[in-house]
Amino acid sequence: MTSITKPKIAHPSLPKNELGLTRREYEGGMSTLCAGCGHDSITAAIVEACWGMSLRPEQLVKLSGIGCSSKTTAYFVSGAHGFNSVHGRMPSIASGANAANRELYYIGVSGDGDSLSIGLGQLAHAIRRNVNMLYLIENNGVYGLTKGQFSASADIGTKSKKGEANQQPPIDPVLLALTLGASFVGRGFSGDKRQLVPMIQAGLAHPGFAIIDVLSPCVTFNDHEGSTKSYAFTREHYHAAADFVPPSKEIAVEYAEGSATVVPMHDGSHVRLRKLETGYDASDRASAYQYIEAKLKEGEYVTGLIHASDGSGNEMHAVNQTSSTALNKIPYSKLSPGSATLAKLMDRYR
Amino acid sequence: MPSDAQPQDRLNDFVVKFANVNGTGSASANALIMKAIFRSGVPVIGKNYFPSNIQGLPTWYEIRVTREGHMARAGRVDLMLAMNSETYAADVREVAAGGFVLYDSTWPRSTLLSRDDITVLGVPLARLCNERFDGVRNRILMKNICYAGAVAALLDIDLEVIRTLVTEQYAKKPKLAEANMAAIGLGYEYAKAHLPCPLPFKVARLDKTEGHVLIDGNTAAGLGCVYAGATVGAWYPITPSTSLMDGFRGFCERLRVDAATGERNYVVLQAEDELAAIGMVIGASWNGARAFTPTSGPGLSLMNEFLGLAYYSEVPCVIFDVQRVGPSTGMPTRTQQCDLLLAAYASHGDTRHVLLFPANPEECFYFARDAFDLAERLQTPVLVLSDIDIGMNDWMCPDLKWDDAYVPDRGKLLGNEEIEKLTKFQRYIDHDGDGIPYRTLPGVNPKGAYFTRGSGHNKYGVYTEDSAEYQEVLDRLTRKFEGAKARVPKAVLEGPGTREVGIVSIGSCDGAVREALGTLAKAGIAVDYLRVRGFPFGEEVEEFLARHATLFVVEQNRDAQLKSLLTLETRVEKARLKSILHYDGMPLTADFVVQGVRAGLAAALPRAALAR
Repeated sequence: MTSITKPKIAHPSLPKNELGLTRREYEGGMSTLCAGCGHDSITAAIVEACWGMSLRPEQLVKLSGIGCSSKTTAYFVSGAHGFNSVHGRMPSIASGANAANRELYYIGVSGDGDSLSIGLGQLAHAIRRNVNMLYLIENNGVYGLTKGQFSASADIGTKSKKGEANQQPPIDPVLLALTLGASFVGRGFSGDKRQLVPMIQAGLAHPGFAIIDVLSPCVTFNDHEGSTKSYAFTREHYHAAADFVPPSKEIAVEYAEGSATVVPMHDGSHVRLRKLETGYDASDRASAYQYIEAKLKEGEYVTGLIHASDGSGNEMHAVNQTSSTALNKIPYSKLSPGSATLAKLMDRYR
Repeated sequence: MPSDAQPQDRLNDFVVKFANVNGTGSASANALIMKAIFRSGVPVIGKNYFPSNIQGLPTWYEIRVTREGHMARAGRVDLMLAMNSETYAADVREVAAGGFVLYDSTWPRSTLLSRDDITVLGVPLARLCNERFDGVRNRILMKNICYAGAVAALLDIDLEVIRTLVTEQYAKKPKLAEANMAAIGLGYEYAKAHLPCPLPFKVARLDKTEGHVLIDGNTAAGLGCVYAGATVGAWYPITPSTSLMDGFRGFCERLRVDAATGERNYVVLQAEDELAAIGMVIGASWNGARAFTPTSGPGLSLMNEFLGLAYYSEVPCVIFDVQRVGPSTGMPTRTQQCDLLLAAYASHGDTRHVLLFPANPEECFYFARDAFDLAERLQTPVLVLSDIDIGMNDWMCPDLKWDDAYVPDRGKLLGNEEIEKLTKFQRYIDHDGDGIPYRTLPGVNPKGAYFTRGSGHNKYGVYTEDSAEYQEVLDRLTRKFEGAKARVPKAVLEGPGTREVGIVSIGSCDGAVREALGTLAKAGIAVDYLRVRGFPFGEEVEEFLARHATLFVVEQNRDAQLKSLLTLETRVEKARLKSILHYDGMPLTADFVVQGVRAGLAAALPRAALAR
């Protein structure tokens, strides 16, 4: 699999943002994910969000771990530096990068395997450290690249493609982030761009750690009979031959705030989503937790901005009283104490 | 140093060892004696043998007074301060014949009198202090200061020097200074009145410490990071590297805080583990800050995966590995050189890393600077391998100096204007034939953007599974690594320049090996000595190995890791290298090296004779 380069030709009639850039200039390389993968919709939402914010491409820093989700940082904003690191350890790379230059926008793209199993510790500590970044989990309940093992977000009873039922309880990233004190917690659905785009923009603008769990169906390995993942409820029979990826359209949905909707999946199964009501108070962490947990018990994944509070006070740099100038821009002359100071310092060691 | 030596021979040449209980404040009393001797112009070496414990276990401090300025542990004890009744028996056994034991005779101990070849001196420390001072904790602390007074009398240390030191130490707490001097006086006067002062070995003023400091390697390395311009330090606490970050942070608090705004021109991040610590360093370095992490063996084990990423994606980063005894948790407070192979080949796949081997705190300071320069020049991890002996003991070193003309070598880093001139930036192309590509930083120019990945990539930085494209990058990395040979600090050569016997050694073995060379020379055995200071090994190492008929490799580990590295990475035949291995966790002594060389030469003789 080699990567595919997209020609960067923009039609003159394409709309431009405040910087005079078209959406094409926020795109990246061609996706090599399966046709119909929810992750590609999220990529498109990120492109839309960055274009809409008139972000200078080089102001964005893209970070990821390993997995299908983590590949996607190559598929948007090619004018931004990207770092596809090691499995589950993107949060530490992001923390270090942000430590070096606090003036840029950091977006981390991860998956449920990358974030909730191998990288759970790093995710938890990035939240605790309150690194100023947007952290997206592209959540499909399954390990795609290794062909369909359960991830830590798989529901009890959900069946793998081979028919094995999951026995272990899921880790819900939204409840986890609320517990750990994240000041911006959202949940979205890859098929609901209208909700996702502004949420991504809000997350990027949020001064502190912002996390959005995005339910993102895996068309190849979690799209079969017996798979609930988050997609409980009705399903119909589906058999796919091994390694055969059926051509499919990305699933899109639009529905009103406050209502629940049942979204049909590629295989005919359904996921039940509930959009937060207009009057929902996202500022209270405890009630948000209660509400989300109660709805999860009913088999509903609440989407929207679930919790937001002021995260700036204990943001990593605020805690460390770091220079307001990016550390990587401070000239060496300001960093070296000089020879005379060293000579004086030596007297302490006699 | 035979035990029946004349007093004149023992002037400024002896060992005092303090056997204490951990957590009783003995460290400051011992440091006071050490500094007082140093201030008297006499070279000293201090070694701390402490337990992995906070309070209650035995701990020892050893001061070697050495007019010759040797740098190694002596391996003998002339005066033992037996302050820990739990270890009396072992402590008394350790004293050389003709030596002395001083103990707290408030509680007389007949067991101390088991040897007739040593002299036992009693000072009723507890009684003296209980009569003079109030409070349990205070009495314990003062008891330690009190023995320092007795030692000063026994060794003929100038009381004025001690008074100056105490006054300096408690400059802001004059009452404490007064109490300390009172305790010192108690011990001093008692010793003068009741003990044979001075002892046959004693301190006499010299002028050999001018222009020198007593400093530990971790402090020096932390200071080196400040001067090198490091702004991001990330770490997970682990003995014995913790004091390196403490040092960096301490210096930064004094020297890197903006006076007007209170803003800090640095950040220290305490990570959740070593995996995160190295991840932060890679992230920060990738983003253009000079970043480092101090760690020790167990931490380095955890960092392996990330080191492979940094090697392959060519991100500079600096790691200080203050080695301790392994395997596994091992003995966390004892010294060894046991991470050489782990560091050289850290991570899966074909990886080789640039290593620096400081031998003392002075080199820790300068190698910290070199490590950042090399890491950025070569765009690769650089590991500085020190150990507990260097990192946590006070060594006498020439004053650390700084050249204000120093400019950090940022390597092939393109700025905005340079990027703007390019038609297209491509990350991994070898434009200059030295295997080193050009890099850019985020946030500078969209034309400089590239995608960093640990997955297979071609010279354009694009994902590849094409054999030729993959191999092209891997072969360039080899060229880059070969180029490092001429850039790492050169090996240091000493000795008469023979073609017969040569010793190759590394790091903290240096003091013992150099002392051994003198002893061997006196016995008519001429030996050359090469101390490697960097990896990959330079041509001077090849030459040394080729020139000497008999080669000894002296190192502090069981498995002859330096010898392995030499056989893997130079042209030398494995059979030509004889190992002298020390791995009991204590610093190396000259005697051990001398015996190793003698035994090795004796074993080699019959074969040589046969060959004739």
